[in-house]
Amino acid sequence: MDAIILQILNGLDKGSAYALIALGLTLIFGTLGVVNFAHGALFMIGAFCAVTLSRLLQISHTVIDETQKDFLGNPLQVEVPYIYDIFGQATGDVIIDWAVPISILFAIPVMVLIGVAMERGLIKHFYSRPHADQILVTFGLAIVLQEIIKYYYGANPIPTPAPDAFKGSFDFGAALGFDPNTIIYPYWRLVYFAFAAIIIGGVFAFLQFTTFGMVVRAGMADRETVQLLGINIDKRFTLMFGLAAAVAGLAGVMYTPINSPNYHMGMDFLVLSFVVVVVGGMGSLPGAVLAGFLLGILESFASMREVLEFLPGINQIIIYLVAIIILLTRPRGLMGRKGVMED
Amino acid sequence: MGILDIKNVGKRFGGLQALGDVNLSVAENSCHAIIGPNGAGKSTLLNCLVGKLIPDTGSVMFDGKSVLGRKPYEINQMGISRVFQTPEIFGDLSVLENMLIPCFAKRDGSFTPNAFIDMYKDREIVERAEHMLEEMGMADARGDNAATMSRGNKRRLEIGMCLAQEPRLLLLDEPTAGMARADTNNTIDLLKQIKDERDITIAIIEHDMHVVFSLAERITVLAQGTPLVEDTPDKIKGHPKVREAYLGETQDAA
Amino acid sequence: MLGLDKKHTNLLLLVFVLTLLAPFILNPFPEGSGMAQFNAGYPDLMQRFVIFGIFAIGFNILFGLTGYLSFGHAAFLGVGSYAAMWMMKLLTMNIIPAIAVSVIVAGLFALLVGWISLRRSGIYFSILTLAFAQMSYALAYSVLTPITGGETGLQPKLQDPRILDGALEAGASPKANLFGLEMGSSFEWSVGSWLFTFNVGYYVAAIAMLASFYLAIRIFNSPFGMMLRAIKSNQQRLNYTGLNARPYTLAAFVVSGMYAGLAGGLMVAMDTQVGAERMFWTASGEVVLMTILGGAGTLIGPVLGAGMIKYMENIMSKINSTILHEWFAFLPDGLEDFVVTLIYPFIGKGWHLTLGLIFMLVVIFLPGGLVEGGQRIAKLFKRKNPSSDTPDGKTTPAE
Repeated sequence: MDAIILQILNGLDKGSAYALIALGLTLIFGTLGVVNFAHGALFMIGAFCAVTLSRLLQISHTVIDETQKDFLGNPLQVEVPYIYDIFGQATGDVIIDWAVPISILFAIPVMVLIGVAMERGLIKHFYSRPHADQILVTFGLAIVLQEIIKYYYGANPIPTPAPDAFKGSFDFGAALGFDPNTIIYPYWRLVYFAFAAIIIGGVFAFLQFTTFGMVVRAGMADRETVQLLGINIDKRFTLMFGLAAAVAGLAGVMYTPINSPNYHMGMDFLVLSFVVVVVGGMGSLPGAVLAGFLLGILESFASMREVLEFLPGINQIIIYLVAIIILLTRPRGLMGRKGVMED
Repeated sequence: MGILDIKNVGKRFGGLQALGDVNLSVAENSCHAIIGPNGAGKSTLLNCLVGKLIPDTGSVMFDGKSVLGRKPYEINQMGISRVFQTPEIFGDLSVLENMLIPCFAKRDGSFTPNAFIDMYKDREIVERAEHMLEEMGMADARGDNAATMSRGNKRRLEIGMCLAQEPRLLLLDEPTAGMARADTNNTIDLLKQIKDERDITIAIIEHDMHVVFSLAERITVLAQGTPLVEDTPDKIKGHPKVREAYLGETQDAA
Repeated sequence: MLGLDKKHTNLLLLVFVLTLLAPFILNPFPEGSGMAQFNAGYPDLMQRFVIFGIFAIGFNILFGLTGYLSFGHAAFLGVGSYAAMWMMKLLTMNIIPAIAVSVIVAGLFALLVGWISLRRSGIYFSILTLAFAQMSYALAYSVLTPITGGETGLQPKLQDPRILDGALEAGASPKANLFGLEMGSSFEWSVGSWLFTFNVGYYVAAIAMLASFYLAIRIFNSPFGMMLRAIKSNQQRLNYTGLNARPYTLAAFVVSGMYAGLAGGLMVAMDTQVGAERMFWTASGEVVLMTILGGAGTLIGPVLGAGMIKYMENIMSKINSTILHEWFAFLPDGLEDFVVTLIYPFIGKGWHLTLGLIFMLVVIFLPGGLVEGGQRIAKLFKRKNPSSDTPDGKTTPAE
């Protein structure tokens, strides 16, 4: 029992990332009808927003500290982050420590801007072109974005730690009445899961309870009719692209403490997220979320030693295997709508 | 017994009974029109004949053989060719190539891995395709890209492609929909000529009464998924039930 | 000639002459000169030109003709490579059985993958092929280590059985050969300060490429090829014209898988090693880039695209800032630094950025690739002397 709970928990953080990326992919596909291969790059850019902010916060200037001496007896030169000058040392340290969560505020406008610029500058021109062309041009864009990040940040992963307060682990075992230390789970992963749940809930609430969301949902169901009603969907859809970009970006920001970001992390996640979207059902938002968590948890179960002894290597291929089986038996995916991308 | 016998065909989509209990027989070498208001089930019926849909009940026999459960290409190889509402041609290919494809399909069947012969060296096929183009009056356009043609010519090419397969039954789905008057008349003339010159059965689904009454020898009126009446054009014209169900509301459109 | 019309015979002859003379054409700059770094006439790179040319020609038969975008073709290349390697380990270092088996095994694997993937079309097909390729990669990397060598990959070893070859002396390393002619051996010819290298492996691969190219021309001009183009154009009409699209697409898939297998086999014949990374999905993406860049659906396009990408990868990535500074030394100092700073991100390690940008520009403005670009330029010149278009009904794909 404790092993099962542990695997489910382990699957949650990866599943959260899959779900968030797949949600954005589906938003874009459902509203704009575009298959966006650059979506993984948005996740990656989000992660680098966190890297950038934590570096910005640590920009410092040199001060001569008369109270300390170096080994030659001269006054010691120390690097003092500008942030100390503004908020004082104590607050400044807290801000630097909390760089990743603070990056959320920084990443939202950046990601929305990037998303809107992408849609207006490029994707807009591909609405009427075949899906293959959309895949190809966004694939090219993904390479470009990836290379730009690589140019400025280098090819190596950049460790970006979580705030000290979340560095420990939570002993679920003790909390749930099992033996202590059987189910240990890092705090930050819990935070990530909670964060993902809030974002997903927020997106659904936004679509469900606002007029804007209602129009978008109507547009996803039947674009032509909504346009006949004299509603300008295009503008709203552009904003949806910005929203999808922000969701992917935030997923990236919060993922940095779990996996040090590198320039190709987006592509690694994208391939799996596409599989997730297809399993969930192209164009179905609940499907994307459900499939994201299901596949994340499935992957974690497949990595159990007991399973691997029986089926070696299954953890490497389980997601793809499930995708193939689903596509062949339920072409619409778990919750796909009729008539979406069917031949 | 006609060449096409439809018996007790019914089809449901969820809660909607698209086709009730359709019985219809198309006599060999006749021209049979199926008319009816929007949503009468004409397209559903047609799709049941060509293998796109499988009816829930009933049977569809073509020349004594059932077509149900067969794939569209198999049904086509049995001798049923279909003309679509919007002309379906190979837009990226030349007009001649468009005509070559049905000629190959007629002679070589549904799949032949003939990857090592030069198609233009297959004189038999090329001559046949060029002959068909000539007959359709589009020999001059043979090198053109098919997508660049006018809608009327696309329709003409599509009909020509169907005829190149020498089908025994030609199904036409609103062949003049969205056409200018001149193109419509050209299409009617072409179909008349086909009817007169060939041993072919034509079944036509049409909205345009002008087309129906110029071509059809028998007319079936479909309403709410069931045949209302079946008779000759003259009788249909005066039939009170038909006027009520159908003609009254579309006369101005015709 | 060879059952081709005049136009295609000329094209084949052109490609033949170009590949034959490649050691000269690709080495236009004398050794030791500042431009020598742009020389591409060394065996390793020339081999890669033709081998990736084969890969792209094959991919084009599927994508260019039928429009089915496979994102998993590297799997067939990898499977072909492993098959060839095992022939070299078990049978002989002669490349003939290795290559024959690589084509057959890749073909069979493509038959299996295609049979399943082709039940779906469009994006679903792309994802299915991607899933299969990633699965193959993951398996080759982990569970199948006894067969694939896992992370380290495979090389021929001295103690391999090689039942057809005689035992090697201790210390000698097994070398890939064609009836004794070693792939690695080269004849070097220096003329003045020029040095030309004629490598056995290159010419073997070039012959395979010419044969593949010839075969592709035959397929393009056949009724089979026309049916494949018809599938791309309008599958509905094809079905209602009595033709079954499935076996056609499956045949195209298997043929292109066999081309990939041939390329994989040749790779092993040239450098006698194989690792799982050549099956990674980025490798599949690369062949897509090559085909689109050159011109999907055209005959020569994929070869051009493969050549261009491999050239950029090897030559552009070697340019560094010192070289840039040398080039722009004629500019005033401040301007020189500025220009170098501008260009620097696009060369050297940044060549992928250039590749991505070029690729995007091609997809946006030139969907027909370099070939379409060439045709547009040719048209500009032609407009000055309007020649009568002969309506012979042949719109065979552009060269």
